[in-house]
Amino acid sequence: MRLKDKVALITGGARGMGAAEARLFAKEGAAVMLSDVNVEGGKKVVAEITKKGGKAAFIKQDVTREEEWKAAIAETERRFGRLDILINNAGIFVTTVIEKTPEEEWDRLMDINGKGVFFGVKHAIPAIRRAGGGSIVNISSTAGIVGNTLEGAYTATKGAVRLFTKGAALQGAKDGIRVNSVHPGAIDTEMVAFLVDDKKHRKELEARIPLGRLGTAEEVAKVVLFLASDDAAYVTGAEFVVDGGYTAQ
Amino acid sequence: MRLKDKVAFISGSARGMGAVEARLFAEEGAAVMVSDVNVESGKRVAAEIAKAGGKADFVELDVTNEGEWKAAIGETERRFGRVDILVNNAGIFVATVIEKTPEEEWDRLMDINGKGVFLGTKHAIPAMRRAGGGAIVNISSGAGIVGNKMEGAYTATKGAVRLFTKSAALQGAKDGIRVNSVHPGTIDTEMVASLLADKEYHRWVKTMIPLGRVGKAEEVAKLVLFLASDDASYTTGAEFVIDGGYTAG
Repeated sequence: MRLKDKVALITGGARGMGAAEARLFAKEGAAVMLSDVNVEGGKKVVAEITKKGGKAAFIKQDVTREEEWKAAIAETERRFGRLDILINNAGIFVTTVIEKTPEEEWDRLMDINGKGVFFGVKHAIPAIRRAGGGSIVNISSTAGIVGNTLEGAYTATKGAVRLFTKGAALQGAKDGIRVNSVHPGAIDTEMVAFLVDDKKHRKELEARIPLGRLGTAEEVAKVVLFLASDDAAYVTGAEFVVDGGYTAQ
Repeated sequence: MRLKDKVAFISGSARGMGAVEARLFAEEGAAVMVSDVNVESGKRVAAEIAKAGGKADFVELDVTNEGEWKAAIGETERRFGRVDILVNNAGIFVATVIEKTPEEEWDRLMDINGKGVFLGTKHAIPAMRRAGGGAIVNISSGAGIVGNKMEGAYTATKGAVRLFTKSAALQGAKDGIRVNSVHPGTIDTEMVASLLADKEYHRWVKTMIPLGRVGKAEEVAKLVLFLASDDASYTTGAEFVIDGGYTAG
């Protein structure tokens, strides 16, 4: 049990990678507070976890609202006694070329993918300090490592998360709070279904990935677990890529 | 047991990080071929592992000698039936400013730290192909991520390993061979004993390393274990920094 007695808050946990992380963390002994704007999906994941004997609870949370962050962290401490781990997983994906991107789309992407991570770190730091140290994992993307021809705003938000993570790591270090970013490539989740459900497009994408396939949410969850656990005690401010070799070329 | 039934070859494993990796891998179920130019210590590490109930053997290897690499990989297959994991850990550290570095020092550093990794990868790939896939972990350094004032040749060798790893990942992918690099900051091992003996250096560590301390070989070994294991099944061609936040700021 690699997260025995730890308490983790995972945003965007109703589906995809967040749900996979919640299941894995609970299996490894953590009490998981799962949050999402999708109440039905979130509650379903929690019910699955508790049915298997794991510890989990759900709170509705819009990551762009500071008040809801305060409430989510307070509820986690009230329910499970502390906060050791925060996974800033909530995010949205929109592919629009730069010259066709309306200002509102930029704002919405930056609010959810960027400001959501900022608020999470801002309010988790005091809570994790009270717990005597812990770990924050921010889910960026390979789009935070390299650019691409189909997106502009999305890559900007993920680049923001990549560097914000490093500042957060420097500021959390004295309190034993580690902060790292994870950079998944193409992962087979609902978020990118509109892209990869098309067989032809999926084939083209797979051909560009050295390992020849999309990743699974479970494979990302294992990287996140490593960083969240004490196995990564000397790792902070670093960026962990999990992309089947895509950005190595 | 995260490496159950795997066979791992670890170069430079008579002491320091390599020895700790060998012990951890054996604890996690792997059969470990310990190798080093230091025969006495290497044999001792293998004997310790066997005494603790693990599977290990020793083969003498100068990583700069291609004939010895062939023999060492052949011996591993003969002894344990296959090679699933190679950790290119052997390396030397010399801190000399560029303008005082003799050509011989450059050559020696590049031979051991650079060519050693090349030869290991070259001869492990066919063995791993025979085994149906595998994982190679190359130990680079924080000095493969950022430059520093005290060294030139050492950083060049570690930068070489960082990028060589990415090409190796692209070339191994079709055979299910993952190749990643690990970038430790200052780790408390014999290799940097001269640094750690200096009081001034410890003051530097306190102020310059966000986590305020040097790392432990055990901490690096856990990261190497993660990359060597199937937990990292979608990770290849990536670089994993473990430096207490040093290169984040």
